[in-house]
Formats: sequence, C-alpha cells, structure tokens
Amino acid sequence: MTKKILEIDNIKREFRMGTEIVRALKGINFTVTAGEFVTIMGSSGSGKTTLLNILGCLDKPTSGTYILDGTNVGNQSRNDLARVRNLKIGFVFQAYNLLPRTSALENVELPLFYNKAIGTQERREKAIKALEAVKLAERLDHTPSQLSGGQQQRVAIARALVNEPVMILADEATGNLDTRTSYEIMALMQELNQQGKTIVFVTHEPDIASFSSRTIMLRDGRVQKDYFNENVRSAKEALAALPVTDDY
Amino acid sequence: MSIFNLIRLALLALQRNKLRAFLTMLGIIIGVAAVIAMVAIGQGSKESIQSQLGNMGSNMITIMPASNVAGGARLEGSSVQTLTVADVDALKKRATLLSAVSPVSSSRGQAISGALNWPTQLQGGNTDYFDIRKLTLQDGILYSESDVASAAKVCLLGKTVVDNLFPSGENPIGKVIRFNKIPLQVIGTLAPKGVSSFGQDQDDIIVAPYTTIQKRVLATTYLQNILASAVSEDASDAAVDQITSVLRETHRLRATDENNFQVRTMAELIKTLSSTSSLLTILLTAIAGISLVIGGIGIMNIMYVSVTERTREIGLRMSIGARGIDILLQFLVEAIIISITGGLIGVVLGITASEVITLTLGWPTLVSRSSIILSFMVCALTGVFFGYYPAQKASRLDPIEALRYE
Repeated sequence: MTKKILEIDNIKREFRMGTEIVRALKGINFTVTAGEFVTIMGSSGSGKTTLLNILGCLDKPTSGTYILDGTNVGNQSRNDLARVRNLKIGFVFQAYNLLPRTSALENVELPLFYNKAIGTQERREKAIKALEAVKLAERLDHTPSQLSGGQQQRVAIARALVNEPVMILADEATGNLDTRTSYEIMALMQELNQQGKTIVFVTHEPDIASFSSRTIMLRDGRVQKDYFNENVRSAKEALAALPVTDDY
Repeated sequence: MSIFNLIRLALLALQRNKLRAFLTMLGIIIGVAAVIAMVAIGQGSKESIQSQLGNMGSNMITIMPASNVAGGARLEGSSVQTLTVADVDALKKRATLLSAVSPVSSSRGQAISGALNWPTQLQGGNTDYFDIRKLTLQDGILYSESDVASAAKVCLLGKTVVDNLFPSGENPIGKVIRFNKIPLQVIGTLAPKGVSSFGQDQDDIIVAPYTTIQKRVLATTYLQNILASAVSEDASDAAVDQITSVLRETHRLRATDENNFQVRTMAELIKTLSSTSSLLTILLTAIAGISLVIGGIGIMNIMYVSVTERTREIGLRMSIGARGIDILLQFLVEAIIISITGGLIGVVLGITASEVITLTLGWPTLVSRSSIILSFMVCALTGVFFGYYPAQKASRLDPIEALRYE
C-alpha cells in the first residue's frame, strides 16, 4: 500500500464576520497518497483558498482532522506549525514572492536558514542542486529583476524543493504567466511528479488541471467532484504542439 | 537561524536602504556624540579648575579680617584692621601644622615707567610669600630677608605689567618704576601664570616686601590678610582650627565673642567650584541624553515603516518555516545594528568634537572612559528598547494576511 500524505477528514472552517458566521468549508474529505499530482479547482468563493491555507498549515480548521505525513496538524502550536511548513511543505505562489535584490541562490537557500540541522556548506550544495533540477544552474547569481517571469517561478519552485518536502503546494502558480511559460512550468511539475514528488496544485484553469493525475472540484465549501484523470496530457507535448510565433 | 546569519541578513536589509539607514543612525550618532562632547566639556572644566587652584597652592590658607562691630554697626571686613604682624609671629611660633606664614599687604595704584603707566596691584609678603602663592622667578632675583626688614624699595614685575610698561622688549631689571609716586627698583620678573579660573589675570601684579607697601605706600601697621601654607592638603582642616585658637588668644577674644577674622582654605573653594561644574556636567548630559532618546524614537519609527514595507517578505518567511522568534530577532538585530553602528560613529565623532572644541575655542575638555562606555551602552539599550515593539509587531503578523498584503 502506498503511503498516505494527506488525510483530510470532515474539515470545516468558519469565519466570524461581525455577527454573521461565514462557513467557508462545510466538511471536506479526501486522501492523497504519495506520488499523486492533484489539482484543486473551483470558482472564486468555492473555498479553495481557505482549503489551501489549511493544507499549507497557515490556518487551522474549526473542526475535523488533518493528518499530514502521519502528523496530526490540528493540535500543534504556532511554532510547531512553522516547523511542519519548513520540513514538509514547499510553497509556490502566484506572485513568486522572491526576495528582491537577492540572488537566486540565496532565495533558494532561504528555507534552509530556518532548518537548524543544515550547515552552511550543505545549504549551498542543496540550493545549487535544487536550481539544477529546475534548469537554472547557470543563473545562480541573478537577482529576480534580472530573470523572466518563468525563470522567477522556477527559482520559487527550486526554493520549494530545497528542503525535500513531502508535498509541493502551488497556489495559482501559473496565474501570472503566458501560455507557453505556463506549459513550461507544468512540464517541470510533471517531471518532478515522475521523480516521485507529491504535488497539490490549486488553480481555476481547466487547461492546467488536464496535466494532473487527479482533480478535486470544490463548490460552496464542499467537494463537488473528485476524479482521476484517465488520460493525462503531457505538458512537453503540448508545448511542442504550440504554434511557434516570433512576436515576442 | 544562527546569530551570524541574523547579522548578515540585517546588514543586507540595511544595505538595500543605505540612505535611510544612515539617516536613522544620525539621530543616535548626534545623541552619542553630544553626550560624549558635553561630558568632556564638563569634566574638562572641572579638571582645569582643580589644577588651576592646585597651581595657586592647594594647601594655601587665607586669613582675612572679619566684619567687626563698632558702636553697634557691623563694618565691612576689608575696612577692619585686626590683623597685625604680631599675629603672624604668634602663628609662626605656635601653629605647628603650618609650614609657612606670610603677612600680606596690598594696594591698587598706578605704576609708571617713563612715559608709560599701567593700573595694577602692588602686593607683597615676607620671603615665604613666593612659596605659598607658588610664584616662580623668571629672571633676576627675589627680595631677601634684609629687604623685608629694611622696607627696601625693590619690586618684581608680573608679565602683564612688564608688557605694558616695557612694551619694546627692553630688560626691565635694574630699571626704576614708580608706584603711586614711590620709586621702586625692579630686581626680577615673575614666570607667567595665566588667567585664573575666576577670570583674573594672575600676571597683572607687582610684588614687593610687605614692609615696603605698609610703610611707604599705605602708611599703616595693619595687614590686609595673612597667607599660610598647611603642611599638607589633608592637614588643612586641622590647621584652620589651630589658627583660629591662636588668633582668638592673640586678639584676646572672650568665649562669647565672635571671631574678628575669618579663615578660608583652598580645599573649600575647590569643593564649591567643582560642585558648580558637576551641576553643569549633569545638565549638559541630561540635554544630550534627551537627544539620544529622540534618536531612539527615530529608530522605532523607521523600524515600523520597515516592518510594514516588508510585510510580504515576513509572510513568505513564515510560510517557509520562520517562527515568530526568528522574525522578531531579524528585526531586533537590525535595530541593534543601527544603534550600535550609530553609537560607534557617535563615539568617534564625540571624541573628535571634543578635540576640535579644545583646539578652536580653547576650552579644556576631558573625554572620560566612563562617558564612552555609558553612552555606548545606553544606545545599545535604546536599540533593543525601541526596536522591540516593531519587531514584536512583525513576529505577530498572520502569515496568510501578510502574504496577501499589497
């Protein structure tokens, strides 16, 4: 039996807005096993951001249990959650969130600074390896302003990979990119997935979802559909199929 | 995060906003420099007063006539004539704690040499006078015992008098000057002593045997005052008691009578003046301390701006595993680096400013090690104190909101 990475059991999340109680998540259940590539889809207001925050251990559910890689996250302190994020989750954001005027290498090293077990030498080696994995080995000293959007997102992915997390959590990671670059990023994601990384990808583009092995559709705080993709598109092939234009 | 990485991180952050970091530091720089320079001025004036008074003779005891009652009216001290040569002799014989005693007679008047004249002070005692007043000979000779005994018409000139009566630089020794029509032969000149701490020119003086002044200038048998030297500075209080008891006896005062003389020591004067300049030091330090606090508020202000500006960065750091304490330390170290760097520059600037003040204005300054250590520690504390609240604010941010902050 493959290892369970995420076990979500009847998760609810309520927000108090003045006197009203907004129920963003109304009981979500699903399990993700190691090596899956899951996209979470839904229109705005479906609760996908709330779910993402909970999956990313940035927020706690009002009720229900969330077990990440065998650890019950629900009863952890603020500091323990920071440690879980550091060791088990690699975030990729829509706006990249790289530190400005800081080299790609140092940006990638950042999560390792908060991991006491790793020394200076090892930190550098790991960061270089992660940048090699996203094919940016020759741009170690470039600052974000010297990199294109796709390259910046690849630095962000390298940063997510560097601490060898059990799961990569991407939040609209292709939202700021054009189609070609989006496909490049998805090709990279698929490659990482084939190497055994578990990926949870939040998006609202069905196009992007077609590259994943499983899709979870949210609607009004509930899981509307949860299905495995019969024929996963290859991002590499999609990229090759794109008409070559020279208008950029 | 290790302390080394924290410092590196803070330096990087400051480097990104060099001008802002410098302007923030400026408050601390000025504060620390002001504290050091102000304390240096205060300490310097205190030190110089003490050394000048020491120069005048720190063991010196002055005996002056006190106010006296004549027919029910109290008379001013200087108009009373109670001190005589007999008192001096009695003190010499019986006050064992005194190493030297000299009668003093003085008169203001006009000194004349050829076509030039100069208003000055004629003052003198016996041969011990020079020793008590710490006057040294520049050129020529001092008057002798026999000069004193015979009320010889000889004198020694201070530098200011020489400059005014013999401006062309001729040697005054051997010349005859007149003081209020009394001709006096110049037998020596005195080494310059400069301006006293009371602003009095100590070189504007002519010294002659007290007998000469008493008999030939003033025509009196009384003394203006008596100067004495205690055997040591520590003995001066006991010496005062001894003088008092001897003089009460020679003046035949009954137990109920007030003293008709007063005894002052230099130590008292030093204490009084030092306390004045201590007060000055405290005042200056307080003012400078306020500017240090204002510098600290500047740090706090900028750190708040910095936290707001870097909200997204804070959110990111939290999402990749920074704990609250990591963020707190990051900003706190930044504040401390600003204040400590500012403090170091301030110390250098303060020392330089003190030197410049001494060189240009001629004020004595003394940079004390304690003021450097104190102001440096205060500014480091300022960094911690004023940096803590913004840093705490940063550490308590909600990562979700921080990440979404625009």
